[in-house]
Amino acid sequence: MHELSIMQSALEQVLEKTRQAGASRVHAIRLRIGALSGVVPDALQFAFEALADGTPAQGAQLLIEDVPARFWCAACSQEFEAARMFAECPGCHRPSTELRAGREMELTSLEVD
Amino acid sequence: MCQECGCGLPGENPVGISAHHHDHEHDHGHSHGHHDHDHPHSHTHPHGEADHVHSHADAVGQHRVLEVRQAILEKNDRLAERNRGFFHARGLLVLNVLSSPGSGKTTFIRETVRLLGKRLKTGVIVGDLATDNDAQRLRESGAPVVQITTGTVCHLEAEMVAQALKQLDLKGLDLLLIENVGNLVCPASYDLGEDLRVVLLSVTEGEDKPLKYPPMFQSAGVVVVSKMDLATACDYNRDTTQANLLRLAPKAQVFETSAKTGKGMDAWCEFLIQQHQAIKTRDPLGG
Repeated sequence: MHELSIMQSALEQVLEKTRQAGASRVHAIRLRIGALSGVVPDALQFAFEALADGTPAQGAQLLIEDVPARFWCAACSQEFEAARMFAECPGCHRPSTELRAGREMELTSLEVD
Repeated sequence: MCQECGCGLPGENPVGISAHHHDHEHDHGHSHGHHDHDHPHSHTHPHGEADHVHSHADAVGQHRVLEVRQAILEKNDRLAERNRGFFHARGLLVLNVLSSPGSGKTTFIRETVRLLGKRLKTGVIVGDLATDNDAQRLRESGAPVVQITTGTVCHLEAEMVAQALKQLDLKGLDLLLIENVGNLVCPASYDLGEDLRVVLLSVTEGEDKPLKYPPMFQSAGVVVVSKMDLATACDYNRDTTQANLLRLAPKAQVFETSAKTGKGMDAWCEFLIQQHQAIKTRDPLGG
């Protein structure tokens, strides 16, 4: 259940940015969550509803963009999307040690007023 | 002033503690515009107000957009970098040791400390939800040990490590081993400022464990296959394990060890001595 502490960190950022912008209500929160981040979007949603209660973010829509794991294959000079999170190039079947995307846990933007 | 919504009510409330509901506010005889929240555009909807419950959800795109683009664990990442700088300045090699509960982390660490002896002076930070049993077992090795009890928190964070460091005399230490809470999910997300992540996989857990926990194994710099003394009893299949690790964590260096019989422990200790040597000769400015 580390989604609870991750959501807690995200919500702290959300409320701080909202205050700084002089806004009083959060309508939408956009996150980017990578396939290799170790975070389950559904658990984030659950944690958000529990934590946002009684804050200006209560009732806001949580919009989560899933970011697939992508690796770089040096032999084929191309990026590939990891199937089952394997770092194996579908072209040459060599393993890649270079992760390009998939560990993201990012607060992208907010809609407030 | 209320720091949450700027409504002018006294008090400040941390996130997640929901005591501050503004339930009392209407007794004060002043109104709070956003709490009764009239959407000025609600009457322009073509359908009747009566059957229309106006939620915020359908208003997405109608409001002021704040671009943020910030890592959610930005605070932890920042503290981890501070730890890393602190470790680098002392020429300390730091390992974050992770596994499921019962994979043999504590015994592996105890034997590592014992075998390294005077070649690398080692300190240990150990995290558990409760008890200091592991710290007591680790003290048998003679190393200085600090126990972090996390309560209900299922992982260590950079701040906990920073606090634990205050209780540890780092003078003369070459190596710091951080035994994380036994958990293959949550600790993967938290950087502690370590040089290397070491993930243990005991032969009793099955060759497909890495496939079940991709984020953890993908983040590993080293994978230690532990309890090799039980390999035969467990029908451990080396080829399958290696193949799975190669598909998921191709950059990880793999060691097969038994802390009980000592098998493979020499190669592991030699590796640590080499890593420490590399740290010591590292350009202090370049990191």
